[in-house]
Amino acid sequence: MTAAPGGRAASAPLLGHETEPTMFEMSVPGRSSYQLRTTDVPAVSLDALIPLDHLNSSDVDLVELSERDLVGHFTRLSHRQFSVDLGMYPLGSCTMKYNPKFCDAVAADPGLNSVHPGVPAELCQGWLELLVTLEEKLCAITGMSAATLQPAAGAAGELTGLLLMRAFHSSRGDVRTRVLIPDSAHGTNPASVTLGGYEVTTIPSNERGLVDLAALKAALGPDVAGIMLTNPNTVGLFEEEIVDIAHAVHDVGGLLYYDGANLNAILGAVRPGDMGFDIVHMNLHKTFATPHGGGGPGAGPVAVSKRLEEFLPGPKATRASSGAYEWRRPPRSIGRVHGWHGNAMVLARALAYIDVHGGDGLTRVAQHAVLNANWLRRRLEKTLPAAYDRMCMHECVLTATNLKNSFGVRGLDVAKALLEEGFHSPTVYFPLIVEEALMFEPTETESPQTLEALAQAVERIAQRAHDDPESLHRAPQTTPVSRVDEARAARHLISTEDASSRR
Amino acid sequence: MADYLPHTSDEVDAMLSFLGLSSLEQLFDHIPAAVRLSQGLELAPGMSEPDVADYFNRLTRANRAQASALTCFAGAGAYDHEVPAVVKMLGSRSEFVTAYTPYQPEVAQGVLQAIFEYQTLISRLSGLPIANASLYDGATALVEALNMAAGATQRSKMVVSTGVHPHWRDVLRTFAAGTGYDIIEVPLRDGLTDWDSVDATGAAAIVASYPNYLGVLEDIGVAKRLSVANDALLVLGADPIAAGVLKTAGQWGADVFVGEGQPFGTPLAFGGPYLGLFACSDEQVRRLPGRIVGETVDSNDRRAFVTTLRAREQDIRRERATSNVCTNQTLMAVTAAIQLGWLGTQGLREVATRSAQGAHYLFEHACQIEGVTPVSSQPFFREFALRVPHRAGEVLRAMCEDGVLGGLSVAELTNGSDGSLEDPSHVVLVAVTERRTREQIDHYVDVLRKVVR
Repeated sequence: MTAAPGGRAASAPLLGHETEPTMFEMSVPGRSSYQLRTTDVPAVSLDALIPLDHLNSSDVDLVELSERDLVGHFTRLSHRQFSVDLGMYPLGSCTMKYNPKFCDAVAADPGLNSVHPGVPAELCQGWLELLVTLEEKLCAITGMSAATLQPAAGAAGELTGLLLMRAFHSSRGDVRTRVLIPDSAHGTNPASVTLGGYEVTTIPSNERGLVDLAALKAALGPDVAGIMLTNPNTVGLFEEEIVDIAHAVHDVGGLLYYDGANLNAILGAVRPGDMGFDIVHMNLHKTFATPHGGGGPGAGPVAVSKRLEEFLPGPKATRASSGAYEWRRPPRSIGRVHGWHGNAMVLARALAYIDVHGGDGLTRVAQHAVLNANWLRRRLEKTLPAAYDRMCMHECVLTATNLKNSFGVRGLDVAKALLEEGFHSPTVYFPLIVEEALMFEPTETESPQTLEALAQAVERIAQRAHDDPESLHRAPQTTPVSRVDEARAARHLISTEDASSRR
Repeated sequence: MADYLPHTSDEVDAMLSFLGLSSLEQLFDHIPAAVRLSQGLELAPGMSEPDVADYFNRLTRANRAQASALTCFAGAGAYDHEVPAVVKMLGSRSEFVTAYTPYQPEVAQGVLQAIFEYQTLISRLSGLPIANASLYDGATALVEALNMAAGATQRSKMVVSTGVHPHWRDVLRTFAAGTGYDIIEVPLRDGLTDWDSVDATGAAAIVASYPNYLGVLEDIGVAKRLSVANDALLVLGADPIAAGVLKTAGQWGADVFVGEGQPFGTPLAFGGPYLGLFACSDEQVRRLPGRIVGETVDSNDRRAFVTTLRAREQDIRRERATSNVCTNQTLMAVTAAIQLGWLGTQGLREVATRSAQGAHYLFEHACQIEGVTPVSSQPFFREFALRVPHRAGEVLRAMCEDGVLGGLSVAELTNGSDGSLEDPSHVVLVAVTERRTREQIDHYVDVLRKVVR
């Protein structure tokens, strides 16, 4: 492959280098930009409407900006921000694929986004149909029976799933206390288990990067509520013994929870339901390309098998026998997990994405994601070897131990140097079981030319490690700011302008 | 056959051959055959964007409640405020929309600084020194506040006013199944929380709402005294627009403020994505849920921003984390910062004032209709509850025929969870924003008069 213009265009983004003042520093008393509708409502003094002991005697001081200043400020801030639209973002586990603009346009339609969430069902039949349709399609993709669309993100989905697990066991008078989690799991898994009222039992990985089946079996017992698994796991490998794992957990009456963080890898190839999972969460902002928004909003629907359906959060959009749509509360619902119906606009985007792709397109998505990851793994094997040298799924975990041992250059240095090369960093030091881990997830929407450009950038960094390792400790220097003093930020917390100006 | 994949078939072949493979299917050969999908997904084939757009246009036509058809007087945490073009356009810049969580601060100063500014704004509006980078929505922010109170007091009894939004209370009960909290709901009397009716001894948190879900402005000082007497945290859920004119959570003595941030630049959007506002006192900062951005310097001594106090978070602390939150609602927080930058000090006061004026004007005229009476005699801000002579659902349905979304049915909202409200099936909850004109309000009154006759 050549690092052709398409590849180079996907890297070396131009980012703003000048420090931007805060909006508070830009504020000038007397300026304003707001314009409100003329209402002709009588302008009665608030003192006459609301008792004095509720009124604030002074204004809360915000900012005073002209509209032109406001636009300049946020546009310049946006120039100090890397994004998928700007360049390749191979951040492992995060599935930073291209987000189709069409899906954003769908969500911007006032026919969807001007609807109040509390209106009676007959006034929002379009929305209810959308929710029911998305639920059906997500179930077809995962091989499950029904789903809730309420959870606002993956972690919210995890906790919802654990509460479903709890409700299921409780309904059978079954008291269980432990949930098993592999040592390679995302941190949200153990954190969610605690909030679900369970204790974590950690299962070690074997030398192949997979769940150690013998250790798993040894940890099982009648007090185990279930296991949370990511498959492919966070090392990017498929848990090949999943059928045995499922049997073992089900044999002691436990349930299998599927963490859908890596669902992108298996679309159309294998379904969690067919692997024996009982509860599945999906990250729509990963697999179904709804934008990440700088850290949200996401959406974390949870799909379940037949025996767990009656516990799902409610109210739930349902198609009645008349053909009309209505809200219904499942008979033994755990209750609401969101103030309204979930991140509805994210759900709309995901349905548009699924409809454009269809079953055939989604299957190609996974195939090309796995193709790109394996090509990159193979292409870099001499520079940064894979932690587990065999076929991976949608991401590959490489290790910088050779650079560390030979030149004192760490994985973090490589990640920071990649920023200078115009690529976003891979995920570093995760999963915890791999030393000097660099987890690359190229996603299916990057071209082979871009992958080649990334590979050449990594090779240049390896050469620098040999020639001038010190320069890598100082990287990045060409970004809007250089390496930041994280310890200082934590030692003296300044989280507002007011704390800053008090210093 | 639509997708967004760049690879040509020649490129796919070349990449496969580099891997020693001859087909894409072989990439999955290590997956046990017993669980492989043999037939492919049971989904319709892909469609082009224009074809999918046609489908969505049909869907949206079935939403009768859209703004072009009905004038909105519904609220309950979701309000029809002005969102100007400048906020929509800046908030949809793809650098903000398509970025990930700012884990690499060197290339994420845009989002990090915007969050820092957001935290400053929320801190000022709440009157509390520490604000986080956002949570999912108001309801889940309240769940996190209870977790904070439990951590701070090592207790599990939560004394919650029934004036707290019914959906939020539903969410609290759901999550309490995992954390084991004992949630005691305090009934309302004439719209005011009857704190004396419960024993708050050993409480971790006293939870109040300002205004409460019926729109009533309660004296939060009563709840504050209760929290002090029992050494519990005072958690206050508040309408963030109220901070334009009313006392802030901090001024009422709250230890934790939570709120639904939708009124700050987010459309009604059928309930999401919204924005969970969260602020607290300095004492609670180590128990803060989710992310917080701090100011620091880079290696060249330039000002820089970074996510900080990371040792509390799930990816580091795992099962002992203060919360499981990872992805939050950053884009909504950035949008809120832009909207508040546009409104500024005076604009927020103006929005709050006009909303209150419109609400009182409507209240006064609606209560002159025979058979329509106020549910509470207490002061309110921009939302209030009316008792109507017919079932609320029927009244609201009839009003829609004249183009008015007259509010929400309290019975539907509470789903029977508020035993203290007599005959909720005949109560309508009405909200007014600065976007409602006198003409629209007069029309509301005319339509209501006609409907209840």
